[in-house]
Amino acid sequence: MNGAKVELRGLRRNFAGTLALDGLDLTIEPGELIAFLGPSGCGKTTALRCVAGFEQPDEGAVLVDDKDITRVPANKRDAGMVFQSYSLFPNLSIKDNVAFGLRVRKVAAAKRHARAQELLELIGLPHIGERFPHQLSGGQQQRVALARALALEPRVLLLDEPLSALDAKVRISLRDEIRRLQLSLGITTIFVTHDQEEALSMADRVAVLRAGRLEQVADPATLYDRPATPFVAEFVGTMNRIPGRVSGDKVTVLGQLLPVDGEVPATPDVEVLVRPEAVQVTPDAEAIGMVLVSSFRGSTARLRIQLGDTEVLADVPGHDTTRLAPGTRVRVSLVERPVLVSAAAPQAQSATVEGLVPQHDVV
Amino acid sequence: MAALTPEGPMAPLTPPAMTVADGPTAPTGQGRRRRIRVWRGVILAIAAVYFLVPLLASFMFTVKAPEQDFSLDAYGQIFTTEGFGQSLLLSIGLGVATIVVVLLLTLPAMLAVRLSMPKLKPVLEVVCTLPLVVPPITFVAGINTVLQFGPDYLASTPFYQTIFAIQDENFPVVLVLAYVILALPFVYRALDAGLGAIDVRTLVEAARNLGASWPHLIFRVIVPNLRSSLASASFLTLALVLGEFTIASLLHFQTFPVWIYTISGSQAQVSVAVSVFSLLITWLLLLALSSAGARQRSGS
Repeated sequence: MNGAKVELRGLRRNFAGTLALDGLDLTIEPGELIAFLGPSGCGKTTALRCVAGFEQPDEGAVLVDDKDITRVPANKRDAGMVFQSYSLFPNLSIKDNVAFGLRVRKVAAAKRHARAQELLELIGLPHIGERFPHQLSGGQQQRVALARALALEPRVLLLDEPLSALDAKVRISLRDEIRRLQLSLGITTIFVTHDQEEALSMADRVAVLRAGRLEQVADPATLYDRPATPFVAEFVGTMNRIPGRVSGDKVTVLGQLLPVDGEVPATPDVEVLVRPEAVQVTPDAEAIGMVLVSSFRGSTARLRIQLGDTEVLADVPGHDTTRLAPGTRVRVSLVERPVLVSAAAPQAQSATVEGLVPQHDVV
Repeated sequence: MAALTPEGPMAPLTPPAMTVADGPTAPTGQGRRRRIRVWRGVILAIAAVYFLVPLLASFMFTVKAPEQDFSLDAYGQIFTTEGFGQSLLLSIGLGVATIVVVLLLTLPAMLAVRLSMPKLKPVLEVVCTLPLVVPPITFVAGINTVLQFGPDYLASTPFYQTIFAIQDENFPVVLVLAYVILALPFVYRALDAGLGAIDVRTLVEAARNLGASWPHLIFRVIVPNLRSSLASASFLTLALVLGEFTIASLLHFQTFPVWIYTISGSQAQVSVAVSVFSLLITWLLLLALSSAGARQRSGS
C-alpha cells in the first residue's frame, strides 16, 4: 500500500456569505502525514471534506496523483475517512462494520471476514469482532473506525478530529497508534485538528490555516521556532508580546539589544515576540519585576510577571518555584537569539490582553 | 378505534411525564409524597373508568342473549356475516398500499431535507402536520368536488379514465391517496424521532466514503437503524386506515368500518362484537410492536 500525492489547487468555497476556503494551495507528498491546524471556522474541515468528496469547491481542483477528482462522487474516491463523531453502523457487528466497504465491492464472505480479522489484529483488538458498537468504549470505536477506513487499502487517509471526543489519556495513546500505523503503511494522511499539541507531535508537516488561506506550512520544529507570521506565532504555542524599539536590524527590548529575525517593520515602535521558555528569571530584591502568579506543571512552572505596565509569561524549571513564589521581586532577561517582531498595531495590543493575560471577569 | 389508536404507539416515543414531576418532590418529606401517590391513584382510577367502562359495556352487550346469561354467539356470527371478509381484506389492502406510498414519500424527503436543506425542515414539518387541523369532512367534500369535475369535452381524454380508475370499487386508489395525506402527521412524527436518534449525516458520509451507492446506503444503513420507528409509522398508518370511516363512507366504499356501521342497523350485537374484536387485534399488534421496539433498544 503506497500513499498518493494529493494536490489542492486554488480551492475556494463560499457558504452563504462566509468564505470557508479562500484560494487554498497545498501539495501533500506521498506517504506524508500532514496536519491541518487552525481555529474553528478557518476552513480546515472544509478542505478535508473537499478531498473526501462531501463538499464541492466553488473554484479550484483536488488532484490525487495528478488526476483531477474534483467532480468524482464521494463513493468513487480512493480515500478512507475517520470522523469526529462515532460513525460505526449501530446495526452491524464490529466485524461487519470493518468489512462494510468490502461487502459494497461484493468481496466473498470468507475473504472479507479474514480481512476484517486481520485489520482488528492490526489495531490491537482481535477479540471484539462479534460485538456491537454500543458495547465498545469511545477509544475502541475510533480504532475500529480506523480499521474500517483502512479495509479498502485506500491511498489517502482522512482524519477529521478523530480524537477530540476522547479523554486525555486515550487521546495520547491513540495518536501514537495512528502515527505508528500510518508510518508502517506509508499512507498519505491528512489530519484535521484544532489541538496544536496533537498537530506538532504527530505530523511530518503542519499547515496552519486562517480564514480559508494557508498561513504557513512547515515541519513542527520550524513552525514552533520560526513562525512565518505573528498569527502562527501566537496560535502555535504561547507567545509574549513585549514592546521594543527597532534600530537598523536590531531591536532593543527590556534593556537588551537583540538581532531581528525576518522582516523589519517600517515603524520603530514594535512588539517583540518571545516564547515563555526564552524568558529568564532571577530573584533580585532591587528589580522592578514581580511574580504575580505561579502555576506549577511538574517539570516546569509558568510564571506571570509584572514589569511596569506590561506582563510577561515565563517558563522556569519546576524546582525553581519555591525561589520564585508570587510576590518575589525578580529580574527578567531574554535568551540571546534572533527574535520576531511585529508592528505595534492597536489590534495586536488587544490580542495581547486577551491572549497573554487571561481576563476571567470579561463577559 | 381511530380515536384511540393514534395515542397508543406514540406513548413510548415521549418520556413519561410522571417521573419528571416526581423528581423535585422527593426531598420534601413523607406527607407530600403520600399525597402525590394518592392523587396518582385517583387520576389512574378516573382514566381507567373512562376507558374501561365503554369497553366492558360493549362486551356485556355482545354476550347477552335472550334465554341465556352468557353466549359468544355474536362472535361466531362475525365470520359468517355477509361482507366481513371482503371489507376486512379491502381495508387491509388499502392499509398496506397506504404504508408503502407514505413511507416512499416521506423517508426520502425527510432524509434529503436533513442532509442538504436543513433550513427547509420547519416547512416540511408544517406541511406534514397540516392534515391534523383539516377535518376529514372538509377533506372529503373537496375530494368529492374534484371527482365530480368533468366537463363533457374531456370525456374522451385519459383524465376522465383516470378519474374512473381511481374510483374502482374493488380497490379505490382515491382512498389510498386520501389516507396517505391523513397519515402524514403520524408518519412524520415517528420517523422524525427515529432520525433524531441516529447521527444520519455521519452514517451517510461514512457509508459513502466506503463506496456505498445511495440505494445500498438507504437499505443497508438507514432502514435497519430506523426499524422501530418505521414499524411504529406503519402501525399507526394501518390503525388509521382500519378505523377511518368518514371519507370511505361519504365516497361510498365498503371498507371495514363502513361495513360495521352498515350491519349495526340490522345486527347490532354483531357490529359491537366486531368492534371489540378489532380492538383486540389492534392491541395485539401494538403489543407485538412495542416488544419488538424494546428488543431493538436493548440490542443497540
